[in-house]
Amino acid sequence: MRASLSLRAGLLSIAILAALIGIWHVATLPTAGAAGNVDPEYAALVSGAAAEGQKSAFPTPADVGATLWKHIKDPFYVRGANDQGVGIQLAYSLGRVLVGYGLAALVAIPLGFLIGMSPLTYRALDPFIQILKPISPLAWMPLALYTIKDSGISAIFVIFICSLWPMLINTAFGVASVRKEWLNVAATLEVGPLRKAFMVILPAAAPTIMTGMRISIGIAWLVIVAAEMLVGGTGIGYFVWNEWNNLSIGNILTAILLIGLVGMILDVALARAARLVAYRE
Amino acid sequence: MTKPLISIEALARRYPAPGGTETTVFENVWLPIAKGEFVCLIGHSGCGKTTILNVLAGLDQPSAGVVIVDGREISGPSLDRAVIFQGHSLLPWMSVMGNIAFAVTSRHPDWPKDKVRAHCQKYIDVVHLTGSEHKKPAELSGGMKQRVGIARALAIEPKMLLMDEPFSALDALTRGSLQDEVRRICTETEQTVFMITHDVDEAMLLADKIVLMTNGPGAKIAEIVENTLPKDRRRTDIHKHDSYYALRNHLLDFLVTRSKTFASEIAGKSYDPRRPPLVRPGETAAAAPPEIAPARAASA
Repeated sequence: MRASLSLRAGLLSIAILAALIGIWHVATLPTAGAAGNVDPEYAALVSGAAAEGQKSAFPTPADVGATLWKHIKDPFYVRGANDQGVGIQLAYSLGRVLVGYGLAALVAIPLGFLIGMSPLTYRALDPFIQILKPISPLAWMPLALYTIKDSGISAIFVIFICSLWPMLINTAFGVASVRKEWLNVAATLEVGPLRKAFMVILPAAAPTIMTGMRISIGIAWLVIVAAEMLVGGTGIGYFVWNEWNNLSIGNILTAILLIGLVGMILDVALARAARLVAYRE
Repeated sequence: MTKPLISIEALARRYPAPGGTETTVFENVWLPIAKGEFVCLIGHSGCGKTTILNVLAGLDQPSAGVVIVDGREISGPSLDRAVIFQGHSLLPWMSVMGNIAFAVTSRHPDWPKDKVRAHCQKYIDVVHLTGSEHKKPAELSGGMKQRVGIARALAIEPKMLLMDEPFSALDALTRGSLQDEVRRICTETEQTVFMITHDVDEAMLLADKIVLMTNGPGAKIAEIVENTLPKDRRRTDIHKHDSYYALRNHLLDFLVTRSKTFASEIAGKSYDPRRPPLVRPGETAAAAPPEIAPARAASA
């Protein structure tokens, strides 16, 4: 009997993971024989793995595993401004993303609705959207820092800006392309404008709007890491940059893994939400 | 004739053609529809049938002319004129019950939920969809979807039903049974109906009056054919009636040749677009020989 596809795929995934870790492990094995040649003063100065000279600063899978376990065991410690648990850093980043993203949704969905309803505004605003959309959100950072003067709010503003466009464009597109026959149904039933908006246009456009929201949350989570590297202070992006300054590759790898995990969870959550509003024709 | 429920008066539709001229799709169309009448409009594609129906529905504006209902010119869509669309036009995110309830609450915003539900259920039962109330349109077959469309239109209890080739997207078997049901429902409720079709058999089964339109551009009503078949006709025995072939041949003859040549036919004769000739095929002429059994009308 053949195992189910998902079981076989799972086994293959595990095999690939094992192979990757194996290659990583072999590549980071210390070269034997050169130990003990290091000047103790130099060792004291640079400390740790680097002092042993022959061993690279790149940790072995076991080292990273230990670091990861250490972070997972105690994610919320606070030992001063520059030494806080990875859980706290992720929470800061998530908080910024959710505030910026939430504000963007509050602006983009109603505005997109209005743009989509009116071919005039659709056309009039299109050049602005087309020019503003491809701007890297980080390019707004100096302007934000100059006008807002608060680095935390600036980071939220950057998230806001980058989340705005996909939601705005998708909402406007979804609303503008609601099937004429559904609008005709509403018209022949003399449905009022508000009821039409909420009972016909919104459900019809909801899958397109959700697609925009899903694109936006992905971009927001990409951008927050870079934004926090710039503004500093707190957040997972700052954590990565801080650990780079500490040359703690193990911490960086741990953070990278967690960034990926959180991004995946955000995407899955939005995909679930999208399924709720999807319909088959 | 009694005062018509709805009256189409001097309706015309033109659109600008290249070169600054205008193309007239149809013009000077006059048609009264009495209460309780089932009127079918037959014509080839491009004669503006759907435009006329959309004007009646209030979804489209004519270039000239008016539609009068109850002594007033219509200015837009109304719950008094329900439309059964060619594509079923159900809202795919709503269940069968939801789609019908959406229409019912549009008609009666003040009704409590129970009453709306009971009212919807009544019409779901009428179109034989009992048990499928909570299915989404995507889970229904084409015929069932169209039944929901019919139930939705009937549930708002309109003064008039407008149907735009409601069965054209269905297979022959489903079409037949739905035609029977529509005939039953419409005779029972004495519903006034205006229907577009290019299926001669459908028109003969359902309509009291069959309005023949010439080909566009410049389409006009050539004549109005009164259905001479008995009122209690059924799909299964309709071809056994004496006037069946006379009527059918008359309609086919029109669609095949006269719809093209009508302009030369009336050349020099008096033709009043306000009173197109009323024809009753089979009443005076002898019944056609039974061995002529023409193939089914070109319904494409």
